Amino acid sequence: MESTVTTANSEEKTWQGGNEPMEASYGKLMMWFFIVSDALTFSGFLASYGFSRFKFIETWPLADEVFTHFPFLHGVSAPMYYVALMTFILIFSSVTMVLAVDAGHHMNKTKVTFYMFLTIIGGLIFVGSQAWEWKNFIKGEYGAIETKGGSLLQFVDKEGHRVKLEEFAATLPEERERLERKKGYWFLEEASLPTYSVAEVQAGFKAHPDLLIRTEVIYNDDAVSKKDTKINHQLTKVKHKTILTRTESELRLSQASLVIEGANLHHNEYGTKLFADFFFFITGFHGFHVFSGVIINCIIFFNVLVGTYEKRKSYEMVEKVGLYWHFVDLVWVFVFTVFYLV
Amino acid sequence: MSHEHVSNTKRIWFVFILLSVVTTVEVFLGILKPQSLHLNHFLGMNLLNWIFYILTIFKAYYIIWAFMHMEGEKGSLRWAVVSSVIFLVLYLLFILLIEADYIFEVFKNSTIKWNF
Repeated sequence: MESTVTTANSEEKTWQGGNEPMEASYGKLMMWFFIVSDALTFSGFLASYGFSRFKFIETWPLADEVFTHFPFLHGVSAPMYYVALMTFILIFSSVTMVLAVDAGHHMNKTKVTFYMFLTIIGGLIFVGSQAWEWKNFIKGEYGAIETKGGSLLQFVDKEGHRVKLEEFAATLPEERERLERKKGYWFLEEASLPTYSVAEVQAGFKAHPDLLIRTEVIYNDDAVSKKDTKINHQLTKVKHKTILTRTESELRLSQASLVIEGANLHHNEYGTKLFADFFFFITGFHGFHVFSGVIINCIIFFNVLVGTYEKRKSYEMVEKVGLYWHFVDLVWVFVFTVFYLV
Repeated sequence: MSHEHVSNTKRIWFVFILLSVVTTVEVFLGILKPQSLHLNHFLGMNLLNWIFYILTIFKAYYIIWAFMHMEGEKGSLRWAVVSSVIFLVLYLLFILLIEADYIFEVFKNSTIKWNF
């Protein structure tokens, strides 16, 4: 028991061991150590996200155009509602966790069990929601074209609404077979092919004279861009992506090199390539923290059930995992702001 | 932590309601993006983003102080944790964001192009 809960507290000889100068037990202090170092890790990730975003500040994707899905509402644009729901779930599981800690102070085993159980459920729902969010992000919705120079072109109709590739792409009598290992040498293979080829998108664009191209560039109404004849000034709004005129659109599309559907680590249909990389890495790392939190919570939950802490006469272990769990919530607060709001 | 072990269930629910209200406000501002806030800048950042960052810090304060029970810890622990993180994060943001802005200027104004 002494190894997990320190209770000694002598008045003299503060720095000679055997007592707690910070009035926190060894285990709790070590949890704080871990939290500080982990907080710095996440800060490093978010700061590098900020670095890349500042570097590509004029072309970074707008979050409320990327995350627009909500379960059972197909085709309805619901920006941020789902991620707000996820935030509520995580905050609520933080609340049940702190209630479990509070019940532990009163040595109330039934209440600790109940609240720990709710916390685990909340964590599982959050991880599941994140998986769903990833699925939508990877699948994509509209599709886009990447040019030889690496910039991204999206399609809009004459009202400025986004248009999916499948709504206009032509079907040409061409066949392009995916190269797999079994068809060539063992070291030759390629990623799965997009639904449409570049030529089919170009032909479809030619056949629909109403379509226009939207670039990655965020429009600012300064003197230079106001005079720019390549920009469609009726449709382009300030602090939104720039929409081009039909002539310029055709010119840009002639430089197309790839059809992009959804997102992976190399390309994504939303904008700057780094955007998807950071999304996968930071939300993935956070999701992994939530997942490990759920597992640790499960272990503690079973310890509570079999009465380990009852025998130890202290529920401090619940408090320690509680610290970790709140930290995961804390990180999400920042990820939410940086990825979805700002 | 407090050693008297008083129940602070009331405070926990109060903080929960507070965090929920703040999140709701953030989401609504994020969806509406009021022009007056979105297009006006203060120190190089628009007012909407200022509000988002201030509310985020506000939420972080309540999570650490109430949920992680930092308010009950000794001053030495509080300072050891909070001040070191704040200092290092501000420093990191300062050097990285300034550098990134410089690279942006180079791409924009010189002959080097990343995107064409």
